[in-house]
Amino acid sequence: MSLVFYVIAGLSVAGALAAVLLKNTVHCALALTVAFAGLALLFLELDAQFAGFAQILIYIGAVAILVVFAILLTRGSETPKDTVYSRHWIVGLVTAAGIFAVLGWAVLHSTVALPRETTKPEVTVMDIGNALMGRYVLPLEIVALLLTAALIGAVIVAMHDKEGAQ
Amino acid sequence: MIEKADQIFILLSHWLVSFLPAWLQAAAMVLLGVVAIVVTFPALFAVTVLLERKGLGRMQNRYGPNRVGPYGIFQPIADGIKSLTKEDIVPRSADAVVHFMAPVFLVVVVFMGYAVLPMGRNMTLVNMDAGLLFFFAIGASSELSVFMAGWSSRNKYSLLGAMRAVAQMISYEVPLLMSSLAVVMITGSLSPNKIVDAQNQYTYGLPHWYIFTPWGFAGFLLFAVAATAETNRSPFDLPEGESELVAGYFTEYSGFKFALFFLGEYVGMMGISGLGTTLFLGGYSAPFSWLQWVPSWCWFFGKVMLSMCVFIWVRGTLPRLRQDQLMNFAWKFVLPLTLLNLMVAALWRFMGEGWLRWVVCSAILLLAYTVMGRVGMRREHFGPRSYRYAE
Repeated sequence: MSLVFYVIAGLSVAGALAAVLLKNTVHCALALTVAFAGLALLFLELDAQFAGFAQILIYIGAVAILVVFAILLTRGSETPKDTVYSRHWIVGLVTAAGIFAVLGWAVLHSTVALPRETTKPEVTVMDIGNALMGRYVLPLEIVALLLTAALIGAVIVAMHDKEGAQ
Repeated sequence: MIEKADQIFILLSHWLVSFLPAWLQAAAMVLLGVVAIVVTFPALFAVTVLLERKGLGRMQNRYGPNRVGPYGIFQPIADGIKSLTKEDIVPRSADAVVHFMAPVFLVVVVFMGYAVLPMGRNMTLVNMDAGLLFFFAIGASSELSVFMAGWSSRNKYSLLGAMRAVAQMISYEVPLLMSSLAVVMITGSLSPNKIVDAQNQYTYGLPHWYIFTPWGFAGFLLFAVAATAETNRSPFDLPEGESELVAGYFTEYSGFKFALFFLGEYVGMMGISGLGTTLFLGGYSAPFSWLQWVPSWCWFFGKVMLSMCVFIWVRGTLPRLRQDQLMNFAWKFVLPLTLLNLMVAALWRFMGEGWLRWVVCSAILLLAYTVMGRVGMRREHFGPRSYRYAE
């Protein structure tokens, strides 16, 4: 646990908190981007170059942009006058705490289940590619199928409007 | 002697660092590299801007800047001083923090891309295994700063410009990545250094640059189109179309912040030219084997500046596209061709040596280009254009 880790962790947590607590939705989206960047830096600090860059490319380059696009195209970015907190915040809190507990439990137990590595593993991009195309090819294809289905679904939703207008 | 001229910057930095205590040397080397990049490319930016204004002037039958210094060569310096002394205006309703962050973020991100480009033999700042991925990841995050600038200005033209810019950059990022993937497939590595090494070989005195293969030539053209769109350059400069949107997403910026956007645009162009050079034009390798005595960094910077001249030439030649043409071109023409190019690159890889693969690969690409162009044009119904209000 170096100083760098604490700085990055602080950045990510601060970004995530700001994403929840800020009032303006676009500010929230930008704060969320900071949290994404913090996660990418954490990956890089662990020497996981591929995961870190993929995190930046996908989450900052695509997901964050889609989030701000969605905000601008739907509701506008005006700050609501009254409180922004939902009335059912207690339910949300319980759900979030539950998910956090399950994830935390899984992460803490995974260290027992997996063999403890004493030396730092040398993982190159080529190894990741080989693994994706060899051992994990089925999960990869399933994810690809899911994404294609989502894409077609989005196109159909968009097309339906047009037919109604004609 | 030749070796020394080739490695002059490396030797120079080693010599400079040798004055420092041993524990500082590694950090000082990195710092020197960063400083060199941050100094060199803005200087090239100044040269490019002058070249662009003079060159465009020539193309449009006018003089261009000719008042400051002989032939106007000190114009960039005058512009720099002007932008430093101008008042920095922030609109009252603007989101001050985001408005300030946007240009800073853009410039930082744009400079970071240079970290992985091999600018000469042993002249890569960070030699990363996944360097190419790093470049694209960093390039993708520059979209966010465009959005920040447009949204925080609270101006409809800024916002429209930003929306256009982001939509365009997302659309053209896909063909940009796909056309580079062909190179990655053939080289078998994401490291820019290895990609250059693979091209730095000669047969009969001619280099093995990827542009001299059918898939490489097609890939380079597609890459160039996507790169032009990605940097919002003419003919894809709708986000800053001055006849419609004042200046697009940086309408509300003045003084040095405006200069930063300007700098970011040009430095980004040079970065993507450098990437294109690395991927298709052999990076720092010489065009003929008997020219190898010229220092490698000369070739890199020469190729980058040549690409910048092509950018300027294209800007002076082509008219601006319409928004629907832009999107149709990206999704219905460029993207299918890049996908096909990936297949052709795979075919090239598995057909083995010989003239047959040249014929087959070229034929496939040419056929696809012709058929898709014809089919796409047939739907467009070009004809005499009628103007309702302008007669």
